[in-house]
Amino acid sequence: MIWSLIVIPLGMAAVVFAVPSNRWRPWLVPLACLVHLALVVVALQQPALTSRGHWLVLDPLGKVFLGLISLLFLLCTFYTAGYLSKEQERSNRIFCTCLLLSLSMMALVILSHHLGLMWVAMEATTLTMAPNLYFHRGPRSLEATWKYLLICSVGIALALLGSFFLAYSTLHAGLEESTLFFDDLMRDAPNLSRPWMHAAFVLLFVGYGTKMGLAPMHTWLPDAHGEAPAPVSALLSGALLPCAFLAILRIYHICVAAGDAAFARQIMLWIGLLSMATAAVFMIRQRDFKRLLAYSSVEHMGILVIGIAIGGWATFAALLHVINNGLTKAGLFLSAGNIQSAFGSKQTDDVSGALRRAPFSGGLFLAGFLAITGSPPFGPFVSEFSILTAAFGTGQYWAGSLYLLLLLIVFLGMGATVVGVVLGAPPETAGKAPFRESLWNAAPIVALMALVLILGLNLPASLTDLLQQAATFLETGR
Amino acid sequence: MTGIVIHILLVAGLPPLLLGVIAKTKAVFAGRVGAPLLQPYHDVIKLWRKESLFSGTTTWIFWAGPVITLSATAVAAFLVPLTSESAPISFAGDLILLAYLLALGRFFQAGAALDTGSAFEGMGAAREVTVACLAEPVLFFGLLVLAKLSGTLSLSTMLAGPLSSSWQSSGAPLLLVLVSWFVLLLAENARIPFDDPNTHLELTMIHEVMVLDHGGPVLGMVHYGAALKLFLFAALIVRVAMPFSLRNPGLHAGVFLLGMLLLAILVGIVESVMARLRLVQVPRLLVAASVLSAFSFILLLR
Amino acid sequence: MIVQWLDPMLVLALLVNFFMLGASRLRAVIYAVAFQGVLLGVMPIFVRGEVGWWLGLLVIATIIIKGIVLPELVSYAMREVFISREIDPVVSFVPSLLLGAAGTGLALGYARTLPLAPNHSGSLIVPASLATVLTGFLILTTRRKAITQAVGYLVLENGIFLFGLLLIEAMPFLVEIGVLLDLFVCVFVMGIIIHHINQEFSSVSTEHLARLKD
Repeated sequence: MIWSLIVIPLGMAAVVFAVPSNRWRPWLVPLACLVHLALVVVALQQPALTSRGHWLVLDPLGKVFLGLISLLFLLCTFYTAGYLSKEQERSNRIFCTCLLLSLSMMALVILSHHLGLMWVAMEATTLTMAPNLYFHRGPRSLEATWKYLLICSVGIALALLGSFFLAYSTLHAGLEESTLFFDDLMRDAPNLSRPWMHAAFVLLFVGYGTKMGLAPMHTWLPDAHGEAPAPVSALLSGALLPCAFLAILRIYHICVAAGDAAFARQIMLWIGLLSMATAAVFMIRQRDFKRLLAYSSVEHMGILVIGIAIGGWATFAALLHVINNGLTKAGLFLSAGNIQSAFGSKQTDDVSGALRRAPFSGGLFLAGFLAITGSPPFGPFVSEFSILTAAFGTGQYWAGSLYLLLLLIVFLGMGATVVGVVLGAPPETAGKAPFRESLWNAAPIVALMALVLILGLNLPASLTDLLQQAATFLETGR
Repeated sequence: MTGIVIHILLVAGLPPLLLGVIAKTKAVFAGRVGAPLLQPYHDVIKLWRKESLFSGTTTWIFWAGPVITLSATAVAAFLVPLTSESAPISFAGDLILLAYLLALGRFFQAGAALDTGSAFEGMGAAREVTVACLAEPVLFFGLLVLAKLSGTLSLSTMLAGPLSSSWQSSGAPLLLVLVSWFVLLLAENARIPFDDPNTHLELTMIHEVMVLDHGGPVLGMVHYGAALKLFLFAALIVRVAMPFSLRNPGLHAGVFLLGMLLLAILVGIVESVMARLRLVQVPRLLVAASVLSAFSFILLLR
Repeated sequence: MIVQWLDPMLVLALLVNFFMLGASRLRAVIYAVAFQGVLLGVMPIFVRGEVGWWLGLLVIATIIIKGIVLPELVSYAMREVFISREIDPVVSFVPSLLLGAAGTGLALGYARTLPLAPNHSGSLIVPASLATVLTGFLILTTRRKAITQAVGYLVLENGIFLFGLLLIEAMPFLVEIGVLLDLFVCVFVMGIIIHHINQEFSSVSTEHLARLKD
């Protein structure tokens, strides 16, 4: 059963590749994602799902992430289908195939309980996303794709070295066989050699952190997001970055089981604050609103890592924030994509008055901005505020104050750009671009923002339980 | 006693032969017959019979340069053990004396070049001194490695018998020292790829241009001094490469001689197959050699 | 583990690192990477001590891929694109050499704090691996041409392979396949990208890839 979560998107990818029609091919992709979502819903009901030999396990932590990416893929591919139907002059065969391949590989990252397999899957997600970044050919997207591939490949290579270090730490501990199985590592964690484990954590954090977009390894993110088509950006920020976060969580989990979490927490706190600070600095006076959203992603990845570093109640909040951030970011990127199509540009010099030109998209963009910067009644307010209270609650005043200050700076910086884009009067040239809001490009965004609103107003009990299970699983190793 | 006699004979007689062997090797590679092996001896004797002319602008430094170089290098040659016994002059710390004697010679040679008042020779002096600066760490790191391995600071004991056991335990650092010292030999003695001893073009000379103004016996001293310097470095390399010491001093000297000739042939081969480096690349190669010898020292430390 | 044969080979691999940092001709760097790949490919024999049929197959495959296929790919990209033969560094050669030497020293120092299993002790594998990773990283970040960046990545992977030698008895299969696969796929993909870069810009200097900035 658990294999189907990975194999079915793979099979559908093969089918999509074989379909000759450029018009109908894009519509098969949301269909495949719908099937996948149904499977995921079924899987979430089961208490624990494992494959033979413990290669794949659906544990509580995995359930949170799996649900998120499956939902995001459905909504974003629905948007994609309509988006591609307007761009018929390019062949979308590779694009659609790679979308389903990356869904399959992300599911593999989430489910795999063998660190080597997880690494292979991360590598695969890097590669399957690359052709999609390069969909609009041209010098700028080539530059973005080259940077993405180079920097992420180096990160992944360092993560491989870290995995080797971790395997060697078992060898040094005198165990007969070195292993990369997560369950075995958890069981033997207290016996692992400390220097090796520290080195392994640093390498794995830097390596997977590169994929996650933490500063100072984030340099590929703004370019990739700025140049990729809108649905690809949405999936990159909403689904791929959280998958890298999960990889880091697994390593952190092993550190917790080894009783060595303090070292990991220090590093994570510093890098998290650095990411927020970097994002804040670059968001001020940002002229390109898609790059603005990319830096917002860097900031939120920093928030996630800070939440884990603070611990306790903040762990629950960080996991909740994964969902909040994912949904909001996707909504923001999709509406930004609409605005870009409406005005034909993504520079703030050319874009203003989006509320008049494209009311739904402009309004949802504004709502998304309010959500992502932590305004009630939206979801991210709950998670960001919880992290703040946990910081003050555990006595980490400096970290908490810095966090608050950076959130403020981000709000001001982002607000200036967003308000300039959304309000005001459209420039005269705007009416020329042929863009109309329709079901396919508005409905997914409405759905996403509605979910974010619901999460902000009232967290459903089932979700709370799920998150609580995941947090307990992470903190105690059970 | 026999050891000292053999030492003096080697120092006095061998250096020009090395130059002859190198020239002959290059000729063989180029398909020529080339000058006879003993040509450098004939050259020195010919120069001795001529008259030295000194320009009006020069002072005593001009002829002191070659004289001091020759005598300093000769004294330095007596510091290096060539036979199985220790060198005629040896005490703790004589490796520093070796390096400084060479530096003394170089200083006065450069001073003689500057003394002519010509910009041409000054340029040569500047280049030569730069190369020497960059090459200095190579010598010192190599000597450090040897000192660490033998635990003493005297050349005679460093290059003596215990070296064979050092080869077995730390072969890699010693090999690196050998390679970097070979590069040092090429650099200090103005061989290709650092400098072409046969060229007389302004853009490409380093050492030759410094000694352009000398003539007669003084030039003979310059040539002999240069040959002696080559002999010195070659002796260091051969001693490190041949760590054994034979009981019979004559046999030992014979094996040593063979080693020197082989090294001279190797230098000739390297000169024949490589081209001279562009001047900007010379520092790079020297820094690489320094890194190599530093690395060998670090390897020894772990 | 046959330490006395292994250590000189590791020292040789480190020397190749220095050569790559200082070489100015692209051809020379590519040959150096190929040589290092072949050297590394032969090492499992000296770590394991004996040659079974599986190990022999692995060694041959590694030598072919690291020593022949990948350098050929990079050379092909180089020929295809008619770039100048000189390497264009951001940090020039002498500082790169010195940085590489400092990095190697640091690697040697840090590796002493990492305790080795009893049957591996006294070996140079960990410092050699870390030093090679650092060298690869240095080449990656201080060179402008996209091809030299790909070569830097190859060196990085060589460093990781070196470390994998320690695990060859415990987890043989996964280690080797993982590294080889990673290497092959990434360079293949980079080859494609370099091809596209050439088509877009008619050059392979990443100076042109510097328009997106804040």
